[in-house]
Amino acid sequence: MSVLADLDAHILDLAWAGVLYWLALGFSALLLQRWRGALVHLVFPLSALGGLFIAAVGVAGLVLPASAMVLPIGLPDLPFHLRLDALSAFFLVLLGSAAFGITVYAAGYFHSMKAGPLALVGLWYHLFLAGMATVMLADDAYAFMVAWEVMALSSYFLVTTDHDVPEIRRAGFLYLLVAHVGAVSLLLTFGVLQGGHGAYTFDYMRHSEITPFWASAAYLLALFGFGAKAGLVPLHVWLPEAHPAAPSPVSALMSGVMLKTAVYGLLRVTFDLLDLRIGWWGTLTLALGLVTALYGVIFAAVQSDMKRLLAWSSIENIGILIAAFGLTLIFYTEGKGALAALSLTAMLYHAINHAFFKSLLFIGTGSVLHATGERRMGRLGGLIRFMPWTAWLTLIGALAIAGLPPLNGFVSEWLLLQAFLLTPGLTQPYLNMVIPVAAASVALAAALAAYVMVKYFGVIFLGRPRDPALEHAREANWPERLGMLWLAAGCVALGLFPAQVIAWIAPVVRQLTGQALANDGNWLLLAPLAAERASYAPLIFLAVVLVVLLFTFIWVRRVYHGRVRHADPWDCGYPEQNARTQDSAEGFGQPIRHIFVSFMRVERETPDPFDRHPHYRGDSRDKLWLLLYKPIADLVGWLSAQAGRLQHGRIQWYLTYSFVTLIVLLVFVSR
Amino acid sequence: MALNYHLQIVNLLAALLLLISFAMLSQRRVAGLVTLFAWQGAALALSTAIVAWSTGQHHLYYSAALTLGLKVIAMPWYFYRLIRKLNVNRVVEPMINIPTTMLIGIVLVIFAFNLALPISQMSGTVMRSTLGIALACVLLALLMMITRTKAIPQVIGFLAMENGLFFAATSATYGMPLVVELGVALDVLVGVFVLGIFIFQIRETFDSLDLKHMEKLKEK
Repeated sequence: MSVLADLDAHILDLAWAGVLYWLALGFSALLLQRWRGALVHLVFPLSALGGLFIAAVGVAGLVLPASAMVLPIGLPDLPFHLRLDALSAFFLVLLGSAAFGITVYAAGYFHSMKAGPLALVGLWYHLFLAGMATVMLADDAYAFMVAWEVMALSSYFLVTTDHDVPEIRRAGFLYLLVAHVGAVSLLLTFGVLQGGHGAYTFDYMRHSEITPFWASAAYLLALFGFGAKAGLVPLHVWLPEAHPAAPSPVSALMSGVMLKTAVYGLLRVTFDLLDLRIGWWGTLTLALGLVTALYGVIFAAVQSDMKRLLAWSSIENIGILIAAFGLTLIFYTEGKGALAALSLTAMLYHAINHAFFKSLLFIGTGSVLHATGERRMGRLGGLIRFMPWTAWLTLIGALAIAGLPPLNGFVSEWLLLQAFLLTPGLTQPYLNMVIPVAAASVALAAALAAYVMVKYFGVIFLGRPRDPALEHAREANWPERLGMLWLAAGCVALGLFPAQVIAWIAPVVRQLTGQALANDGNWLLLAPLAAERASYAPLIFLAVVLVVLLFTFIWVRRVYHGRVRHADPWDCGYPEQNARTQDSAEGFGQPIRHIFVSFMRVERETPDPFDRHPHYRGDSRDKLWLLLYKPIADLVGWLSAQAGRLQHGRIQWYLTYSFVTLIVLLVFVSR
Repeated sequence: MALNYHLQIVNLLAALLLLISFAMLSQRRVAGLVTLFAWQGAALALSTAIVAWSTGQHHLYYSAALTLGLKVIAMPWYFYRLIRKLNVNRVVEPMINIPTTMLIGIVLVIFAFNLALPISQMSGTVMRSTLGIALACVLLALLMMITRTKAIPQVIGFLAMENGLFFAATSATYGMPLVVELGVALDVLVGVFVLGIFIFQIRETFDSLDLKHMEKLKEK
């Protein structure tokens, strides 16, 4: 009992100690840059333990009352305020548990890297982790922004690890640009939230009252700022560029965890700092989320670069999260507490699910990349025979993200669809009409996500190797396997024990909506709201699946014919075929490209029939880039050129500028 | 009634300052410019000393001494040396011809007086009426910097501007705190040395002290 009471008082100290531990590891990586062995075998494994520690602190923080502390660092009269409540604790668990798997994996992944760059990666990697944890702990706008920038800058340096490639530098620049535009918007959000009193602690913002107009302004700014970090359409352009550029563990951290800091921020601002919420915010957010989800999944379907595909899939998942968030807002402002709790539970559940399965897929991709040196899916294939560990573990992630039971992706998407379907008539008639459409869009996105995953897994791991060199692909090393194993185990556990996970999320939901999701079932049965309407028992489902599998196996092997016949995969009875007659990544995505061609700018080079060395190239690009970003970039370029004309290079002109400015100011003052 | 005489003398010196500013605007020779600058400094030092004596503000004595030492003796000496070394004491035509410059200068003086009127009414010092002159000196010095293309006249224009500011400070509030003044004086001294080095560098790079050549440095 005394231990618990003690923990209560010191939980935040422990969380901060975890952050400092990561910082210390980061700087020690810099000091150890001559000892590669120490970097690989000591720093990264130790840092993984830090992840476990942070996750443990988060688990404890979920059940303990909120605690706050003031750190004597920062500017004079502007110390850092930290606070650990259920919301922060939940995201700390997400960060810590995903970071554990990814960092264990990183210890293997960075194994062959040169010592100098590796030390730098070690520094930025840990700054990145510490920055994310501090974002979740910050309790004033100043600390939040500092941590946010540490996170953005360190991840920028991680993205540009291979900075000698011009494309990667370009991707890094785009990322940095969008991150900073977003950060400016966040700065303005906090400026509005403090309401002209100059007090920037969150505690103050919670108790200050602002008018609906300014509250809406703050919300829209926050949506823009966090949306830029999360990859909300049309601010998503950096994601498909930055993720392929970064080393795989970094992509995993960015996609699995960093995008969630934006979700965290949005929840924090909307449900904690703002003292009022307005209905149309929810409608707007829901619409944006759905557009993002569909946009992301359609583009994921037509990608032929595996990391780019995963990046687009992240955009889709962020869209689903944001849509769930919008739905929560709608229900909350309509006074439907139980439904708000349900959709918020679905959102948080999906957030942690995505952290697990997307990280798993990204690091699985990293192992393939390491083994083959190839990111284009058109050059891969048949890897399940050479890399069974990677393939099977990736399969778990792919099934989970495709939303198949009994894995975790199904639970959160099912909960979200329940929230949509159980709507018992909202007060606004047009919302009533929109909600079924929205539900249909979520279902479409989920189905297309499954399509994307079939393509992803099928093209990379199944079939025949499209390149003879692939037969020498080496299986992932042990730390890599362990990292993947942890994340895959997380996917399975989150899928099999939803009732427990929901009970564990409940404090967060209660903190934000004032009501927790009532589970009508028992430990085995998940039944949101009422058992007679809908329920789901993953363990029973799993048992049925296993029994059916077993019976089928026995039936085919023992009863049906009992012979094992070896044939080329997907041979379909054709006698003459080779690796090039398989369905390619482009071919798999082709139906989607045909249907949604109006969203894309398709560039194709088809070969001449008489060409001796036929060459085909197809590229589907984002139209928004041309429609939205190019004009803005051109405008900025034009304005800069105009401003550049002021620069004559003659000192007299510069003096004249000062002189005229001085005179104008003096006239202005003397008025 | 002793105060009255002092006021008269200060006003006379202020008028002298303005006159010297105009003279500097119309001066074509660099050496002549330096001489005028030295005279301006002398007038400034004298007026500061008189204000110090008549109002009993002792720290103003130090300011006056500083001005005398730096702006009347040290810097003109440095400039004369520079001119001799670089052999640049030629007639230089300013960018705008001198009558036009003078006309613009008159407009600036009227503007400055107009501007200073409400401020000097608020100020409670004995020399409040001279604030307009001080402002006019600043503006005229800036005008001089704009119209000259050679490096040394620009530096002198910069220093004359500082003179004007100094005079404004004495006339509005009996001078700035001594620490500030010492700091400013030191800044000016360092600035002159830095600019002196620049002048040598510019000459080495472009074979001339004409700042028009610096246009070449512009990024294309």
